[in-house]
Amino acid sequence: MASGQRVTSFSARRVRGDIPLLTRVINGRPITFLDSGASSLQPRAVINAMSRYYELHHANVHRGVYQTANEATQAYEDAREAVARFVKAPGGGEDIVFTKNTTESFNLLAHSWGATHLRAGDVVLLSEMEHHANIVPWFQLRETTGIEVRFIPVADDYRLDLTNLDQLLRGVRLVSVTAMSNVLGTKNPVAQLALAAHDVGALIAVDGAQSVPHGPTDVGELDIDFLAFSGHKMLGPTGVGVLWTRRAVLDTMPPFLGGGGMISDVTTSGFTPARGVARFEAGTPPIAEAVGLHAAVRYLEGLGMENVEEHDRELTVDALTRIENTFDGRVRVIGPSDTKDRGGVLSLDVEGVHPHDVAQVLDEFGVCVRPGHHCAKPLMRRFGLAATARASFGPYSLTRDTDVLLEALAHTLSVFH
Amino acid sequence: MSNLDDLYREIILDHYRSPRNRGELPTPPAHKVEGFNPLCGDDVVLYLDVRDGVLVDIKLSGHGCSISQSSSSLMSAAVKGKPLDDVNATIDTFKQLMSVHSAALESSEAESDVDLRRLGELAALRGVVKFPVRIKCATLAWNTLRQGLEELAAS
Repeated sequence: MASGQRVTSFSARRVRGDIPLLTRVINGRPITFLDSGASSLQPRAVINAMSRYYELHHANVHRGVYQTANEATQAYEDAREAVARFVKAPGGGEDIVFTKNTTESFNLLAHSWGATHLRAGDVVLLSEMEHHANIVPWFQLRETTGIEVRFIPVADDYRLDLTNLDQLLRGVRLVSVTAMSNVLGTKNPVAQLALAAHDVGALIAVDGAQSVPHGPTDVGELDIDFLAFSGHKMLGPTGVGVLWTRRAVLDTMPPFLGGGGMISDVTTSGFTPARGVARFEAGTPPIAEAVGLHAAVRYLEGLGMENVEEHDRELTVDALTRIENTFDGRVRVIGPSDTKDRGGVLSLDVEGVHPHDVAQVLDEFGVCVRPGHHCAKPLMRRFGLAATARASFGPYSLTRDTDVLLEALAHTLSVFH
Repeated sequence: MSNLDDLYREIILDHYRSPRNRGELPTPPAHKVEGFNPLCGDDVVLYLDVRDGVLVDIKLSGHGCSISQSSSSLMSAAVKGKPLDDVNATIDTFKQLMSVHSAALESSEAESDVDLRRLGELAALRGVVKFPVRIKCATLAWNTLRQGLEELAAS
């Protein structure tokens, strides 16, 4: 149990009953949603919390003195506390910056912390399995500051090749890696990398977009310095993401976006930024979305993140075994075949069939998967692939979903051969 | 599976499995033009040999889904050896077919405006319009061909 305080119970079947969208019928078949890696589905608790907020409490935050303005402000700040609790942030909600999504979190990290702490020649160490969100902002920063961007290679077993880590860490000021690959499902040894980074005086940022929704997260235990993740991949709404960092680091970061809400004073000659996380949240923030994220956090806490992780693992073991047994190599899974340190993401390579065609045939069966490069082109190049068709699980997924996936994959092979 | 059968007609699968006119032509005299779909990573490379207003030869290479690859193969078969006026008219007709609203397609009224005879085997691709996200797959080679012809005209 995550907190040791909350009584949790988990039944994927019950979670499924809580998700209105899973009642949809697509092409005459019940929807088989296997695209949670791209965006998860929302339980009624999240949808209702947002509706209730708009129906009863909405006002702009941190401004008015009237009652609903206070309620909205309180709800927004409560969400910060809930998110802090969820990732065990030692400094509480004061260290949680709400962004739009993981991508914006990395842009904030690069353009605020990176632009002021990194100089020409400093190295940012990424991995070959990063999402473009954790690559492009660093290349952008390279153009203005002359930093070096370096990559930890991915080995043939789809895991990070850390044999030359000591060499790779030379001159590194920041390690920025994903906790779980959105293409391979590989879970990386974040705590080990944090230790190695700190040993050379570097900080470590972690992309938690895939890991936070699917298992317990403890930023203190991992001993990391930054964590970025998105609300909509963890049963919450779109439009809200998170950047967590330790207070000591946060206080050294200048604002990235300027405007209302992020200042303590503005005159005709200049401005003074607000203290704390407020200075990173210019303009009216995603209030209803933060309320929805709070509801998602409570819902996940109710399930227990250990249970969510175990459920994910069971589905993955089952799917990997059955894909191998059913298709005799004609459907390959691009990712680790052992399920230790591996999440519920199955990137499929179907013999002789382009992933777009796979996804098209699967849609006919009501099966939702994601074809494409998954915003990880360096990784795709590494394995000589233009694209894969990716199936990914959520806490509402059942082995029944895998049944339909296998049936649809068999049909795909028959159409094209 | 009637929608799927409409999309993956046998002639499309045939061109996907055995693409026509695959290869390269020496440049010059041929003109090389590349088309790219950044969303799905599909690409097409065309080699165009135009002499005296006639597309004497065309070769193609590239990677992609069955729709983009069969469309480029069918296209090459349809335009090879044709005067440029005919080639341009075929491009227009094909793009017109791809812009027919799928609801109108059912009634076949709008389709009657499209000169299907000019399209011949290419008409097999008309099921694509029922799948709006795949239209860009079908038109990739055609947009690339038009771009190549425009580059040639400008040079």
